[in-house]
Order: sequence, then C-alpha cells, then structure tokens
Amino acid sequence: MTIASSSPPSRLPLGAAEEARPKPRTDRAGARETRGDGRLAAVFLAPALLGFTVFLLWPTLRGIYLSFTRFNLLTPAEWVGLDNYVRMVHDPIFWDSLTVTVEYVAINIGVQTVSALAIAVLLQRLTQSAVLRGVVLTPYLMSNVVAGIVWLWILDTQLGIGNEIIAGLGADRIPFLADETWAIPMIALINVWRHVGYTALLLFAGLQAIPSDMYEAAKVDGASEWRMFWRITMPLLRPVLAVVLIMTVIGSFQVFDTVAVTTNGGPANATNVLQFYIYGAAFGRFQFGYASAMSVALLVVLSAITVLQYRLTRAGQTDLG
Amino acid sequence: MTDTAAVTAPTTQAPRVRPLRRRPSPGRIVAWAAMAAMVLVTLLPFYWILRTALSANAALAAHPGDPLPVDLTTGGFERALGLQSTEEAIAQGGAGGGLRFWRYLINSVVVSTLITVCQIFFSAMAAYAFARLRWRGREKMFGLFLAGLMVPTIFTLLPNFVLIKQLGLVDSLLGISLPTMFMTPFAVFFLRQFFMNVPREVEEAALLDGAGKIRIFFRVMLPMASTPVLTLGVLTYITSWNDYFWPLMVSYSHSSRVLTVALAIFRAQTPQTGYDWSGLMAATLIAALPMLVLFGIFARRIVSTISFTGIK
Repeated sequence: MTIASSSPPSRLPLGAAEEARPKPRTDRAGARETRGDGRLAAVFLAPALLGFTVFLLWPTLRGIYLSFTRFNLLTPAEWVGLDNYVRMVHDPIFWDSLTVTVEYVAINIGVQTVSALAIAVLLQRLTQSAVLRGVVLTPYLMSNVVAGIVWLWILDTQLGIGNEIIAGLGADRIPFLADETWAIPMIALINVWRHVGYTALLLFAGLQAIPSDMYEAAKVDGASEWRMFWRITMPLLRPVLAVVLIMTVIGSFQVFDTVAVTTNGGPANATNVLQFYIYGAAFGRFQFGYASAMSVALLVVLSAITVLQYRLTRAGQTDLG
Repeated sequence: MTDTAAVTAPTTQAPRVRPLRRRPSPGRIVAWAAMAAMVLVTLLPFYWILRTALSANAALAAHPGDPLPVDLTTGGFERALGLQSTEEAIAQGGAGGGLRFWRYLINSVVVSTLITVCQIFFSAMAAYAFARLRWRGREKMFGLFLAGLMVPTIFTLLPNFVLIKQLGLVDSLLGISLPTMFMTPFAVFFLRQFFMNVPREVEEAALLDGAGKIRIFFRVMLPMASTPVLTLGVLTYITSWNDYFWPLMVSYSHSSRVLTVALAIFRAQTPQTGYDWSGLMAATLIAALPMLVLFGIFARRIVSTISFTGIK
C-alpha cells in the first residue's frame, strides 16, 4: 500500500449517507414521530462527516500505519515492521525526553490544579464578582507563544524585572530559562500562568452545582471554612475535578509551543519534551516513520492515563445523586 | 473518556446570602490578600508588555527596573509593522527589516474567521442531525464522533501535514484552516447538548405552521442556541488565533504566516546587541490585543457560559 492513495476518505461519507437513508417517506404533511429524516440528515451531516473522516479518522489510522514505515515525505513510505519501535526502545534521548515530559506534567498539573482549586473556591466563597472571573481568564486569551515570550523577558537574567527584583533583594540573579534545573519548572509555571484561570472557571462551574444550603447548614452547625472545604466541597466536586484533571493532563503532555519559543529544547536537552523531539525527528531529520512511532507511544501513554485516572477517581459517580 | 457531560453542571443559581459579618475575620483578610496577589500576578505581565513596547532598547538596558516606560518611543511598533528602514531599525536595537505584522495580522484574521465560521456552522448542522433528526445508525455514528474526542489533536498533525502536502496546500491559508474547518468532535457534542434541551413543543409548533426542518434549523434552533453558539464561536476564534504548532508546520513564507509563527521567528532573530525587547513586546501586543478586545466585547456572556456550564 502506498501513501499516495487519496480517495478512500471521500468514499466513507457517501457510504454512510446511503446507510442513513431509511424507508421511503410516506406522509409528507404531518409531524409524525415515526417519520425518518435520513435524506435530510445526510445533507446536514455531510460537511462534518467529511471533515471527521478526512482530517481525524483517516489521519489517526494513517499515523498508526506510518509508524510501521520508513518515510521521508519524498519517496513512498516503506514498510519496516516494528523497526521504529525497536529503535525507540533503545533510544536514550527518547527516554530522556519522556522523563523530562513527565517532570513537566507533574509540576504543571500539580501547581495548576491546587491553584485553580484555590481560585475557584475563592470565587465561590469569598466573592461572586463576575469582573474577577473575567480577569482570571485574561491570560488564557494570549497564545502560548505570547506567554512564553513575555515571561522570557520578565525572567531575563540581566534585564528582566523578575531578576531585577531578586537582585534588589540582595540575592544572586538566576538564569531561569538557561539553567538545566530551572528551565523545566519555569516552563511549567509559565503554562500555569496561562491556563490556571480557565481551569479555575471549569472547577467553578462544578462548584455552582453544589447546593448552597449545604454550606448554610454547615455554618449553622459551626463548621469552619476549612472543614467545609474538606467535608462538602471536595467530596462533591470530585467527579468534575476528575474530568478536569484528565483534560488538563492530556493537554499538558502535548507541551510544545512554550518550549519552542523560550528554550528551544535546551540547555543540553534539558527541556527536550516529547512533542519537541517528535517535531525535530519529523521536520528536522525527516524521519516521519520514527516520529509517528513516538506519537503512537504518546497516544498509548495518554489513553492509559485516561483510563487509570477515570478508574482511580471514579469519575462516573457523583455523590450528589 | 474526556466526556464533557460530567462537567456540565445544572445551572442552579440559588440566590446567595451575603455574609452578615461586619468585621472581617483574619481568614477573610488572608483570603482577600491571596486574591489580590493572584490578580497582580495575572495582570502585571500585561502592563509590562505595554511598558516595554513603549520604551527604547538602549534605555531599557540602562533602567531595567523602572516601572514607567523609559525614553518613550513608538519605535518598537514601527519595527514590528515594517515601517522603519533597515538602518533605523538596527540603530534602535532591532534586527533590521523583514517584519510585516500588518500582513500577519490579516492572515490571522482570515484563518481564524474561516475556521470559526465554517466549523461552528457545519458542527451545528451535524449537531442538529444528531439531536433532532431520525435516521438509522444515528447513535453508532455519534459514538464514533465521541471517540474522536479522545484522539489528542497532536496525534493527527503529522499525517494531516502529509495530506495537506499531497493536496498541494502547503504554505497557504486554506491549508492552515482546512483540518479544523469542518468540525471538531467537541463542537458537535457541545451544540448537540443545547439542541436537545430546546423544548420539542417549539419545534412542533413550527412544523404545524408548515415550516420544514431546514427552516426550523435556521429560524428556530440556531437563534435559540445563540448564546452557546456565540461562546463556542469566540473560544474557537481564540483557539485558532493562538494556534502555533500546526501553522508552524504548514506555513513557510510571508504569504501564509500567522501572528504566532511570526512572533516566534521575530524572537529567534537576535540582533548583535541582544534581543530587541521593545520591538518584541510591541509585536506581542499586536498579536494579543485583538483577542483582548474580542473578549472585552463578549466577556459577560462568555464568562457566565463557561462558569455555569463548564464548556471545554
């Protein structure tokens, strides 16, 4: 099979449309519940189905296929079986890169979840200000690229205001993004800055579902805010928190933009996150097959994490009943 | 499953009783302090962008900690927009020409508008078919769409790049827009939820008046879902505006360069004197401002939709 075959995707929507066409319409006049709308549904569904098939389903299958090939974009893909996977397992840079990514995700998600939870609770218990909810969202309006460049400037060793403040306090300047130990935590925090408000609003949405009379009742009983948080908020928020966690962890594993504009993978591969390594393999060294194999590995890791988190946090159940 | 249903909370907006306490407790003072710190960390970088963009590079190096713009100038903006000559730019600490942020701004507007308008419209059509039309295989097909939610976007990028290349659309605005122009599983899923909540009676009344289902979709369903459509639209616009990885793969030249890619290129050109921070921050502001304005216009509706339905 060569990669150049481009017709299969377009066949599927038509087939699906045919399948969707039910028995002939009999009654034109009435709004009878039993009447099928197959033909109309096919029309309404056609564009989305075309997009789904060509740009989601087909690429997913093709990505898996490419992972078993040697492919440099110029010549047709050549089937090599498990070669890419064997190479991946023996590639120390791949494992380094996976380790760096996991470190990034741990810091990013850890700090972000705790901060978002704190902000969400403050937005619920302290004030109902819609303005503050808007303010919290503003960094999310920036691109990762903008956030990365702004913080690159703020954290600049010589001229950045961050280091000016540190020097003003009498401490040594820290080359945050040029230092092997600092770079990953800093990139993780930059992305916390951009995403924490959005995450907080998602959690806030979950908090809105908790009946306020539960807090009133607890207050009458003399419970402190701290106790209410652990006894009411946390148990009832758990399903929402679980879904938000799954979403953010999946997003976090795909970090690329911020690394690309701040450290470019360096210093000495210290921030060579998986997505960055994959990009380099594909567009720097034109090893699309190997890059695809690593993408499949990432996909497997993400699926495993999703299933695991879903199980662990019992996301499907809610205590509210 | 990254199922949004669980986040979708019922909109129980019980009226809240304002705490009667007159004297703030120590706990409340700490909480307000935390809130204030959070707001500062959130907003100060924006001020710092503006302050730097309006400063001259030489003065920035001499007064790195000055809270106000130093040696006030619009040189940074002129460089970003390509209004300065190469000599002028280099004299002011720039990398000398080659930047056309007007062009990139227009490219970003074209791509984001194309993606948003088409994606929301096509997704709404599909969502209507899933929510209200009767056809065989509907549930199975919807299950397939839902499964699509679980494929991380990043996984499809490499194969999609190969496809776009084979279609000869590399380095074109259409090539950047195409993969997300037709639908996202999330948009379909999200809009379906809203269409399902439109009371059947409304639709039936229109049917009895002789309206066809196409007419019902345009005249009844879409208007009734205007707030979620608007929120989804603005968020889609922001997402496509901010996307970097995909345009980076597809775009090679000025003609298809969007703001995010241009910014990264600008950042990578380091003049001999060190970064052109003033120009970079000016360019950053040009890239960020349209989204701040867009959000400013619709903020109230978006914030309430997100914070009461948990869109994502």
